[in-house]
Amino acid sequence: MPNHFVSVEGLTKKYPSKNGELVVFEDANFTIEKGEFVCIIGHSGCGKSTILNVLAGLDSPTGGNIIMDGKEVIGPSLDRGVVFQNYSLLPWLSTLHNVSFGVKARWPQWSKQQVEAHSSKFLEMVGLAHSLHKKPSELSGGMRQRVSIARAFATSPKLLLLDEPFGALDALTRGVIQDELIKIWNETHQTVFMITHDVDEAILLADRILLMTNGPDARVAESVKISIERPRNRANIIEDPGYYKIRNHLVNFLIKRSGQLSGSDTGRGEPPKLVDPANSHLSAEQIRTQSEDSTSLAVKAAS
Amino acid sequence: MASLNVRATLVSLLILVLLLGLWEALNQPPAATEALTEFELLMGGADDEARVPPPSAVLQHAWHELSNPFYDAGPNDKGIGIQLAYSLLRVLTGYFGAALIAIPLGFVIGMSPLMHKALNPFIQVLRPISPLAWMPLALFIIKDSEQSAIFVIFICSIWPMLINTAFGVANVREDWIRVAQTHELSHLQTAFQVILPAAAPTILTGMRISIGIAWLVIVAAEMLVGGTGIGYYVWNEWNNLDLNSVIFSILMIGVVGMVLDMALGRIEKLVQYEE
Repeated sequence: MPNHFVSVEGLTKKYPSKNGELVVFEDANFTIEKGEFVCIIGHSGCGKSTILNVLAGLDSPTGGNIIMDGKEVIGPSLDRGVVFQNYSLLPWLSTLHNVSFGVKARWPQWSKQQVEAHSSKFLEMVGLAHSLHKKPSELSGGMRQRVSIARAFATSPKLLLLDEPFGALDALTRGVIQDELIKIWNETHQTVFMITHDVDEAILLADRILLMTNGPDARVAESVKISIERPRNRANIIEDPGYYKIRNHLVNFLIKRSGQLSGSDTGRGEPPKLVDPANSHLSAEQIRTQSEDSTSLAVKAAS
Repeated sequence: MASLNVRATLVSLLILVLLLGLWEALNQPPAATEALTEFELLMGGADDEARVPPPSAVLQHAWHELSNPFYDAGPNDKGIGIQLAYSLLRVLTGYFGAALIAIPLGFVIGMSPLMHKALNPFIQVLRPISPLAWMPLALFIIKDSEQSAIFVIFICSIWPMLINTAFGVANVREDWIRVAQTHELSHLQTAFQVILPAAAPTILTGMRISIGIAWLVIVAAEMLVGGTGIGYYVWNEWNNLDLNSVIFSILMIGVVGMVLDMALGRIEKLVQYEE
């Protein structure tokens, strides 16, 4: 078995509820390689955020485990940085101090100058060199999220977790910050695991997209490879021949198969099926019928 | 049009002048209809009805007192400055003693739901007790009137600080705690770097309420224990039937209370943040 940077094995989360227990997701298996940008997409309630919180160490799984860099993930750690959807900046600190807060925690032995220089470098990367001494309340939503991104990248965690970082932003701001994120990622080659609801955003950013079936009892069904050359940018990515194949595949999954596969036993306990729509000989139509066949087979087998 | 502040000041002054004028006009001794006897002259006029002294007399007296606030001519004759200083010393001692206990304890109650539930009944029973009700017990146990007064201040200023600290700490946004966790901050670091600044405005509000209550209570406490302090001064001047001094000291209590509140208000502004 090859050594993966992060491997999630048999991850399960259940909550006790009135009628027995509520299974949020069961037996999730997937891996992340070093330097890889992985997005995870699924409908609300499929437990994406829970998976991310478990990866962050803020929540504990009911079963299964996560190995990162040869060690089991237990509890929160500076090795895993998190960018929350609502920015989570400390409002009494200036922009600079919000970032240096993280840097100081990461390298307590650094001098004040070192900490500040390192922090301002990352704020410059996200275009906030002029707002170092502003408080978060003086910044727009987009600027706040950039501070949050700078804080996470500045601590150079082994794994960066982004929980729908652009969910609360308007479309224009979102595009600008996606570009910032690509820029800073190109410079750092940080390993990233990101939750998103936006298919186009995922294609633009990710090396691989994990698709989850609908919850409850959700699982990671497919791992879609995005074989579009980097560097990518928003303007010309849609001209790539593979773009619409990938997009159709993803949309098709979200609209149809995420529901059909929900709760079925197809591929349970196995790693997600690897798909590469851009280089596939099959059209999206064929893939769909194929998976429909396998679903109906599974249903037959089950009945 | 002048700014709102200027107009407000003008209206304030107008009200002040009206009130003082009314007060002055209503409290003039009646003019004597016939020549005063020697005895009447000695007793201060033909007035057989006691009157509140007019503001002109009070102001004159205030000027006299304030021009030498720190004189000390024996146990029953000390300057207003000395009396206020005694009261302030007691208030601040009791108040900071209370803060020393209330803020850490408030942290514990705010951070631990168990301690919150366990201590809540005690707080609910002890809080509504009038601080002066403690006085006899304090005198019996402490056996020192000075320290008993300080204890009364302590007990009355502890509750708003305790409750506000617990509330502020318990309501620190979950996200900020998570930020501390993901940055591997220790419990102590989290308490000082995240929870304290996050809860500081609420804590300061509690401290501001407390100092107000403490200043209210000290006057009553000193009337009971006697000896020194502004509360004792008011009561002593009442016994001397010196209403000029009574009115003057009432005003001074108000001024000092206002200064204390403004000071806490300033500090409150310093720790305030906008989300």
